[in-house]
Amino acid sequence: MALITCDNVSFAYEGRTVLKDLSLTIERGEYLCIVGENGSGKSTLIKGLLGLLNPSAGKITYEKGFLNTAIGYLPQKTEAQKDFPASVWEVVSSGCHDLRLFTTKKQQEKIHAQMELLGITGLKKRSFADLSGGQQQRVLLARALCATQTMLLLDEPVAGLDPLVTREMYQIISMLHREQNLTVVMISHDIQAALHHGDRILHLSHGESYLGTVEEYLKSPLGMRFAGGDDHV
Amino acid sequence: MFELLVEMFSLKAMVRAGVAGLMVSLCAAVLGVCLVLKRYSMIGDGLSHVGFGALAIASAMQLAPMAVTLPVVVLSAFLLLRLSSRGKLKGDALIAMISTGALAIGIIAISLSNGTTSDIKSYLFGSILTTSKGDMWLSVALTVVVLSLFAIFYRKIFSVTFDETFARATGEKVERYNMLLAFLTALTIVLGMRVMGAMLISSLVVFPALTAMRVCKSYKNVMLCALAVSVVCFFSGLCFSYILEIPTGASVVVTNILAFLVFWGIGKVRKA
Ligand SMILES: Nc1ncnc2c1ncn2[C@@H]1O[C@H](COP(=O)(O)OP(=O)(O)OP(=O)(O)O)[C@@H](O)[C@H]1O
Ligand SMILES: [Mg+2]
Repeated sequence: MALITCDNVSFAYEGRTVLKDLSLTIERGEYLCIVGENGSGKSTLIKGLLGLLNPSAGKITYEKGFLNTAIGYLPQKTEAQKDFPASVWEVVSSGCHDLRLFTTKKQQEKIHAQMELLGITGLKKRSFADLSGGQQQRVLLARALCATQTMLLLDEPVAGLDPLVTREMYQIISMLHREQNLTVVMISHDIQAALHHGDRILHLSHGESYLGTVEEYLKSPLGMRFAGGDDHV
Repeated sequence: MFELLVEMFSLKAMVRAGVAGLMVSLCAAVLGVCLVLKRYSMIGDGLSHVGFGALAIASAMQLAPMAVTLPVVVLSAFLLLRLSSRGKLKGDALIAMISTGALAIGIIAISLSNGTTSDIKSYLFGSILTTSKGDMWLSVALTVVVLSLFAIFYRKIFSVTFDETFARATGEKVERYNMLLAFLTALTIVLGMRVMGAMLISSLVVFPALTAMRVCKSYKNVMLCALAVSVVCFFSGLCFSYILEIPTGASVVVTNILAFLVFWGIGKVRKA
């Protein structure tokens, strides 16, 4: 059974539908990229998958025994305030479940491993608020990794990162996907990266949507228009 | 100086006041950090006014003050949290309505029951020196409850305060922690009204947190620093009020303001 199944779901804000009749299955271990223009409902869909937003129509079903505690989430914009006093360590560790007043040895190892992976071990004691945007993004990805062993939902993980760090970020995500067998759902405006790293593409556009493998997508009319067709890759 | 302290604390009333005040300072500092960071400081203020109203009604009807005030304030805390998180009414406007409403009802209750202005004054501005033995032990017990619940859920409270959406998305029961916070706040406010008075208790909640945030950059350090600031300010305030014969609550607020200015200066110097 698929990890998550959406059956003709629609989402609406105060009666205004922003996403209509979408059917989608997310299989264990796949890498799904969501693309589409601003305001097409990408973030809305992710929030729906997370259960932060109820569909106005249709149904989302989850694999038996699949809980939110198996999801790591990287929001498009954190709602954390700019001047919140928190060290990098505190932010990363807040991703862990079952935290008590003192972290256990095992939790500490996990936290350290994620920080090492994202190259932020040196920032451990720094204040989160004082970091650059790219550094903050990596801290938040480390937090998401602490929260999951199954699935990562990433809402524009590379927004605001420099080209070098962007490449690195995509590589890290691909590596996690391959080596830890994480299911990844990523929103990105970087169509080339989506084509390069993803297994399947979901394209949301006002009214219409397209779902298919990268090859199928490139041959579709929507893919031709948006990605410039085969010759561009 | 030392002799003065000995003289001060040889008075039984002063010892009771000191213990009760210490307890309130500890609770208020810890919760203050959460409330300030959640932008909920005004809820504390609103609750203290509700507490005043409840206290006035209780004494007008000759009921046990704590038995009435505590449940009323706890219920109002849940209600305020609910309403302001649903966004039906703007949070600050709602709180202003409830505060002034409760204040008005309290004043009417006192005047109808032929209470004196000195009653009103002691509710509004505190009467720490009349702390009874029972009050003192009650404050110790409530503080143990508040601090231990807080310690148990410290990490969860952090993640819910830092980024509520993430916590919700990854399966935390966010409502539960918000309720817990509201409950603990209500306990602290009721506890602190006796010491600081309904008008001044919320300063004990916001000042230590804001002071600590001038210099500390991690959540844990802010917490510890706020605790220390709160306790030091309370005791120096108590001493000043004894020496200068001024009201304790007001004196504690002034020492808190001084501490804030000092920390603010330190923060500025560090940044430069
Ligand atoms: N909280 C909200 N209340 C009302 N309308 C909303 C809300 N959030 C989003 N919308 C609307 O829903 C539509 C889809 O928004 P969404 O954030 O899902 O777009 P997106 O595809 O993620 O865009 P972007 O690429 O800019 O991130 C937009 O028209 C937006 O105005
Ligand atoms: Mg978006």
